[in-house]
Parts: sequence; structure tokens; C-alpha cells
Amino acid sequence: MNTQYKVMPGPEHFLPPSASSMGIRLPDPGQGHIHGSIVPEEEAMEAAARQILQGKVPTIFPGPLVLWAWNEKAAQKAKAIRELFETIKECAASSQQPMLIPMPDYRPKYPKINPEIEINPNHPNLTIWHNKIDVCMFVGVHCHQANLSLKIIRGGTNCYTIAMCAQAGHEDAMLTFRDATAEKILRLSEWVRKLKGSVEPPSN
Amino acid sequence: MSLERIKIAPELHDIMPEEYQDLVQRATYGNNSRGWKDIGTSKELIEEHSLCAGCPESMAFRYILASLPNPEDTVMVGSTGCTSLVFPHVGVHNIHSLFGNQNAIASGLKRALTVRFPDRAKDVVVLAGDGATVDIGLDMTLQAWFRQEKFTTICFDNELYANTGGQESGLMQKGFVAKMAPVGKTFEKVRLPEIARESGCHYVVNCTVSKPNLVEKVIKNAIHVAREIGPTYLQLYTPCILEIGKNSMEGLQEMRDSEKPTERFAYKEYISETAKELLTEIAAKEKERKAAAKKQLAEQTA
Ligand SMILES: Cc1ncc(C[n+]2csc(CCOP(=O)(O)OP(=O)(O)O)c2C)c(N)n1
Ligand code: SF4
Ligand SMILES: [Mg+2]
Repeated sequence: MNTQYKVMPGPEHFLPPSASSMGIRLPDPGQGHIHGSIVPEEEAMEAAARQILQGKVPTIFPGPLVLWAWNEKAAQKAKAIRELFETIKECAASSQQPMLIPMPDYRPKYPKINPEIEINPNHPNLTIWHNKIDVCMFVGVHCHQANLSLKIIRGGTNCYTIAMCAQAGHEDAMLTFRDATAEKILRLSEWVRKLKGSVEPPSN
Repeated sequence: MSLERIKIAPELHDIMPEEYQDLVQRATYGNNSRGWKDIGTSKELIEEHSLCAGCPESMAFRYILASLPNPEDTVMVGSTGCTSLVFPHVGVHNIHSLFGNQNAIASGLKRALTVRFPDRAKDVVVLAGDGATVDIGLDMTLQAWFRQEKFTTICFDNELYANTGGQESGLMQKGFVAKMAPVGKTFEKVRLPEIARESGCHYVVNCTVSKPNLVEKVIKNAIHVAREIGPTYLQLYTPCILEIGKNSMEGLQEMRDSEKPTERFAYKEYISETAKELLTEIAAKEKERKAAAKKQLAEQTA
């Protein structure tokens, strides 16, 4: 379906529409989407790696599905996420400050969220504003909470959002992967390594 | 056993906020004899709250959370009211239901958990105010009991609608005048414990939360009976100090005064025959377990 709506960095406005209500659809297996347009997964990989290398504060937000070692698969994903983060740090220019900030659970922690060390899906913008995060990747966050959070981020910040989703992907992210596995996360890490030096880093 | 399920992924352990590391390392998950005595020496499942300073509901929350026999496999269901502002701070799975619907939500939840986890005990515990339990949610409360749904209903009875500024509730005493009920209550406090018994609850207690050991006992009994037999009901007096004009240090005395033998919160208990058998069995096993642990300790130190 052709659509005029593009899922772009905000601030869009106080209550941005859900992207699906604007006609954005989810990718099929082997695909991703960028700004709502379906692309082959490899293209999404490259675009995500570029965003990460261009961001001043590229940040990974691991959620409860990977922070807690529920099973072997979750533990493997956690390992891959750590490796991705170490790769980003290694490849980052001096003008970049990569971060790894957890979303341990979904309790609406009013009013005591500490934005330096955690993010909460009910007010994710607090963490994004505080750390001046301009590119982020969600991984291991249950779909409903991720959608809620991605929409709030689009509404109130100019942060570029990437979703590494283990299910069918997220319309509300600016770029999404689906069927995430540890291998897929590591492939993104390879893309970051591969593109290092070929992407203009942010100015100081 | 349960600690094996509550584990932080080692690669991400260093970024987890201290609060969560503490929950894994210093909380009492998996401890068979967890209870109110752990308060102050281990990580509690609630440490901050949004209630008025000195509100007895905060004591009640601490004692109840310390006494849940199986917190990692418990889901609590709350409702609107002062308690609902506390649940976001609680380290136990919980669902906020629409005001009054709590026992309907809990019925579906308990049934779903039984189907999804046939080999694991999953406890469902409703915790709601008197307005939610006895007035707006009375239909759901009673129907769940009639249907013999296997979960515990706890009512924090503060004898009015506290969260909305003091309206009359069915559990308010006759004649009581509240800020938003200036005429005074014209009929008697609804006798919900008796109604609970007649509606099929197998374990019913009416008391205050002045004594932590008593709260621990009734919570454990109510949850065990609900798990094995059928519905249970606890009505706990948690006075709204704000509405009855007490200061933050006077909540405890208010409860002590109201639990005297002739008062409305004198300890009252009903246990069905099947529940009595179960509780006797559990007590015997507990005695055996404690004796074995004592023996083991003696052997180790010998
Ligand atoms: C469906 C619905 N009806 C009414 C309300 C308004 N309301 C919020 S809290 C409350 C009273 C709560 O009283 P109680 O259950 O006794 O809890 P307490 O605040 O006293 O602990 C009411 C009527 C609501 N939130 N939702
Ligand atoms: S209004 Fe009353 S019941 Fe509610 S928190 Fe304050 S003292 Fe407690
Ligand atoms: Mg009340």
C-alpha cells in the first residue's frame, strides 16, 4: 500500500498517531522497514549501522526480555547485545558517546526515575532528553510497551528510533527489524564494523 | 528453585540499576519461611510509596508483601483508590483493574494461569479498598465467591472512599460523618465477613494490621486455602488517618483501639472444614520442615 505518512524523527506532536493507523504495515520475514517503507533486511541493516555511526549519543535500550536470563535464548541475545555495544564503542568517533541503558521493567516509576541509569516505557523521553540521545535501538521490549514508548519518543523528541524486534517488527519505529535472534544482532555489529570510516561522524 | 528463574543476564548485569541487583541478591524469593521478620534485614518488595505519611495502608503493604508465600509466582490485582498509587512501586507482578472489576479480572487471570502453567502453583491476590470491594465492585466480589474462584480477596477497609476525598462507603460505621458525606451514614456497616462466609469463602478473617505476625499468619492461610480449595477473604482495618483526623503517629493506636473484643475489628475468623484439614496438614509439614532444618544446623555446627 502506498502511503503519504512517513515515520520520521519528531518531535511530531503531543499525541502522534500510531503508524499502523496511518497505513504503515509490518515487514514480512526477511524484510525490515525504513520510515515505513518495506525494504530487504540487509538494506535495513546498513541503514541502521549508518544511523548508529552518525549519532552523537547512539544508545541501546535492552528490555526485560533480554536483561533477565529467562532461558538460553535470552542469555545469548544479552551476550550479542553486549558485543554490539562494545563494537559501537570501538568504532565510535571521539565526537560520539555510545550508551547502553536498561529498561528493567515497565512499572511507571513516578516520580523517581533516574534517567542516567534507566529508561521507563511510560516516560522514555525523560531518559532521552537527559542524555541527549539522538539514535536509539530497542531490543527485548514486549511489543505493547515498545509501541507505546516509540510513539512517545516520536511525539516528544528528535531521536531516531530503531527496533530490533523478536516478533513481527514495529510500525512505530523509524527503522525496524523482525524475528530478532542473537545472530541478527551480531550481523548488525558486523555492519557497524564494516561501515566504520565510511560514515561522516557527528561534529563536536 | 525460584531464584534460578530470577537471574540477570551476566553480560548486562553491570548496567542493571542497584535496586534490581538487590532484588535478586537480597530479597527473599525462594525462601520457604519468608515473613514479616525479614523486614529491615532483606530487600523488601516495596520500599517507597505514595500514601500519606503514616497511613496504615503502608504498614499493611509491607507485612503482606513480606508474607506472600510465593511472590515470584504471584500476581496481584488492584483497583482504583489509595492502594492503586502504591502498586507501581511493588516488586510483584500486578494488574490494575477498572474500579470495581478486580474480582472479575482475577477470575479470568487465575483460570488462564492454571491452563498456561498446569504444573506450577500460581497465586492470585486481589487487594482493593472497601469502595471497590463492597460498593461499586460488590457484584464482581460476590459472583467470584459464588463461582468458587480460587484466589484471595483482601479488602483494605478504611471505612470510606479515601482517594476521592471522603465519601460514604458500605463499610462505613452508622452515624459517621465524612468530609463529603455531611449527613452521616444512616445504615449499619455492611457485614461482609458474614456475607463472605455465606457466599462460599473457605477462610475469612476480619482484623486490623496492628500485629505483623497476625497479618503474616492470615495472609499465608488465605493464600494456601485459595490455592488448594476455593475463595478466601480478608478484611483488614487500615484507618484513613487523614479522614478521621489523626496524625501520622496515631494510626497504630487507632487500630489497637478498634480491635478490642467489643469493637468492630475484634478478631473474627471463619474456616471451612476442608480448609481446617488443609491448614492442619500444612502446619504439621511446616513443623517437620523446621525440625529437619534445626537438626541439619545442629549437625553442621557439631
Ligand atoms: C469506574 C470508576 N468509578 C469511580 C471512580 C472514582 N474513584 C476513584 S477512587 C474511588 C474511591 C476509592 O475508595 P476505596 O475503594 O474505598 O479505596 P480507598 O481510596 O479508600 O483506599 C472512586 C469512587 C473511578 N476511578 N472509576
Ligand atoms: S487518604 Fe487516607 S487512606 Fe489514602 S493514603 Fe491518605 S491516609 Fe491513607
Ligand atoms: Mg476505602
